[in-house]
Amino acid sequence: MAIQFMVNGKPQSVDVPPNMPLLWVLRDTLGMTGTKFGCGMALCGACTVHIEGEATRSCITPISSVAGKKITTIEGISPDRSHPVQRAWIEVDVPQCGYCQSGQIMSAVALLAKNPKPNDTEIDEAMKGNICRCGTYQRIREAVHHAADLHKASATPSSLDGAGVTLDAQNERAIEAGGAA
Amino acid sequence: MIGFCLPGRFEALAEPYAMMPPAPLNAWIHISTTNLVTIVIDKSEMGQGILTALCMIAAEELDCDWKTIRTEFAPAAKEYFNPAFGMQGTGGSSSVRSSWDPMRKAGASARLMLLQAAASEWRVDPSTCRTENGIIYHDASKRSTTYGNVAIPASKLPVPKEAKLKDPKQFRIIGKPTKRLDTPEKVDGRAQFGIDVRQGAMLYAVVARCPVFGGKVASFDATKAKAVPGVTNVVKISSGIAVIADNTWSAMQGRRALDVKWDEGPNANTSSESISKLFADQMSQPAAEARKEGDAATALTNAAQKIEAIYEAPYLAHATMEPLNATANVLPDRVDVWAPTQFQTVAQTMAAKVAGVKPENAFIHTTFLGGGFGRKAGADFVIEAVEISKASNRPVKVTWSREDDTQHDFYRPASYAKLSAGIGADGWPVAWTTRIACSSIMEAWFPGSTKNNLDPTSVEGIANLPYSIPNIQVDYVRTEPGIPVGFWRSVGASQNGFFSECFMDELAAAGKKDPYEFRRHLLDKAPRQLGVLELAAQKAGWDKPLPAGRYRGIAVLEAFQSFAAQVVEISVDRKARTVKVHRVVCAVDVGRVVNPINIVMQSESAVVYGLSSALYGEITIAEGRVTQTNFNNYPVLRADAMPKVEVHIVPSEEKPTGAGELSVPPVVPALCNAIFAATGKRIRRLPIRSEDLA
Repeated sequence: MAIQFMVNGKPQSVDVPPNMPLLWVLRDTLGMTGTKFGCGMALCGACTVHIEGEATRSCITPISSVAGKKITTIEGISPDRSHPVQRAWIEVDVPQCGYCQSGQIMSAVALLAKNPKPNDTEIDEAMKGNICRCGTYQRIREAVHHAADLHKASATPSSLDGAGVTLDAQNERAIEAGGAA
Repeated sequence: MIGFCLPGRFEALAEPYAMMPPAPLNAWIHISTTNLVTIVIDKSEMGQGILTALCMIAAEELDCDWKTIRTEFAPAAKEYFNPAFGMQGTGGSSSVRSSWDPMRKAGASARLMLLQAAASEWRVDPSTCRTENGIIYHDASKRSTTYGNVAIPASKLPVPKEAKLKDPKQFRIIGKPTKRLDTPEKVDGRAQFGIDVRQGAMLYAVVARCPVFGGKVASFDATKAKAVPGVTNVVKISSGIAVIADNTWSAMQGRRALDVKWDEGPNANTSSESISKLFADQMSQPAAEARKEGDAATALTNAAQKIEAIYEAPYLAHATMEPLNATANVLPDRVDVWAPTQFQTVAQTMAAKVAGVKPENAFIHTTFLGGGFGRKAGADFVIEAVEISKASNRPVKVTWSREDDTQHDFYRPASYAKLSAGIGADGWPVAWTTRIACSSIMEAWFPGSTKNNLDPTSVEGIANLPYSIPNIQVDYVRTEPGIPVGFWRSVGASQNGFFSECFMDELAAAGKKDPYEFRRHLLDKAPRQLGVLELAAQKAGWDKPLPAGRYRGIAVLEAFQSFAAQVVEISVDRKARTVKVHRVVCAVDVGRVVNPINIVMQSESAVVYGLSSALYGEITIAEGRVTQTNFNNYPVLRADAMPKVEVHIVPSEEKPTGAGELSVPPVVPALCNAIFAATGKRIRRLPIRSEDLA
């Protein structure tokens, strides 16, 4: 039976086993490969997406549990890398191999949405679930502070919201209907 | 192909490029009539920033506009061979070192061809023309033209035998802190790693491999696996049983349902304990001589004081964030492989062999690598993809789970070392001996490549001990416990640096000398080691007292022709048996620096990699198989344990050398030496255990 949900403001409908993790639906079924596979056990954070604004490990999230829900992935936080977190990541030269950075960025976006001015301890606490084998942690810390400043300096309060992409109202209604069915 | 290989770097420029193929001026530089400069990157970009460094080197001599540069990864081909290896590959911190001359020459030669083409069009002497930022000027006649305008005629000119290189004093790009070109696509999910490859009608596979090294399939029953929804086939391949499905998850579920009986082979009783004993038994066996100066045995006997210690280092997994994977498409007359590979021509040779096509018909498409650290030098994952595609008549992507990746690695060899030193009445060392037992990486990967049973990678980091000690002997006993080994970021220096620099600290303590001053005094014939040592000590404030409860350790090492020293500052909670690393001060000497930002980033990265190994890293063997599976029992450093890392670069005009691995080895002994300062206990076996901190 098809399962319906929203990804980055677009309605999606997939016919896959209900226990298939969201990660593999995104990557293999929908071809959205920005969200990464790292461990399959919610240990490394590479697969982090937002479900209804909450940072969630998609590798252990069965697709059936997101029916009718709004999901934001790395592809959806801005259309042009203009999100303060993305800008900060570029300005602070965070990525090395880059593989874990989608997950790092999604965790950072979720952190700043809840806590616009986190201190180092709060950053470490929010980010310690995301492993980086290139060891970019020091720069991530700096970039999260920088993103907080960028946000304060320029952006509207909503720009740190995980669902940076405005949802199309009609689509939203459609998915709610589908999800309830 | 272009669409795949050029994943949207400067996508604003991508459209005209796609319509107008650029004119190749040589193997590395292509210029389009729309003034786009394509630099062909013949090294694998696995995080070390080589893509940007190679562009900087070429652009410096080419004199082009930095903003017009885009990149593509090179195919497997002879012109891209790494002179350090005699094949195409990335490793051994050799990239900048080996590409420095070829990329400069490629840039200079392309520039000269463009200039000649313009001069010929203007009918003027080329020597009266000049270039600047992608434009050719003839000042006398006030004419100018862009590189793009003359790219096609320039590409038809003979490649100049010699093109003058810039005087380094004229460098305007090399040495300037430069933002990496691959950052934008790594913050929006667009960067294409091997695992992201999608080919039409592609299938997805995982492989069940014998958990015991050297074992093989005895029999299997695919009935239950094939009943899993999405599973399309189950086939036996050389490494095990492949479960093929229409998505990765179903393949994994199918593998779970698969019944396999393994013939576990000769290693079924091997354990970490049996391996350690095997190594210990080698301490009295005949050995290969790695270094012999003076008469260490006699000097030891006659020394006023003799100290001796056994050091041990465990197997380590690479744990790249991107698990191993490859995608292959085998056709009757060709095979295409998309893979995060460090060794393109090895992948090509193996793919061709398995597919049954000529090597020139095996096309290797290198993607970004989500970490490499030496693991992706292997071709095992490529061979699997080719075998499965061949059996499926379809493009197939094979994906390793984290458990596969942890349990079927080519591990940093476990190593066992006996160290002895003689100290004179004045407290200075008179003799140093080391005997090392471990597997040979070189014999595993390139059989027959070592001479006299001496693998240089097994002793590097200790055979090149830089200190002025009159009698030195380093021996190696090749010992093969049957565990697959390979190149792990910084290779032999990763364990031998721990042995040598911790034992040096023991010598300093035995001679009642300050660990920094002790090293400094003995580095009188090693100016570059001395340079980094002094810089690190100065920046760390070695001469100033630390706040109460803080302790520090120091270490210095040469690795891959570069030099690094570090001071690690810690505190130990002896009740909780925990150590906190507060600060790591790094000094590096990599010769002439191409991109200072990158040297800093690589040093930060190496510190984290080294700390992970010292604090947590251990692969243990029980019943011939790896005990660890995932990040829960093979932990690595996380954000909350990240110290402050400061990096200082020694200014140098020496030839440029690598930074990717350099700073891994020193952080381990510097940390252990700091723990000794705090607790009075030596760490002689890694990783650091809670009882070491009591």
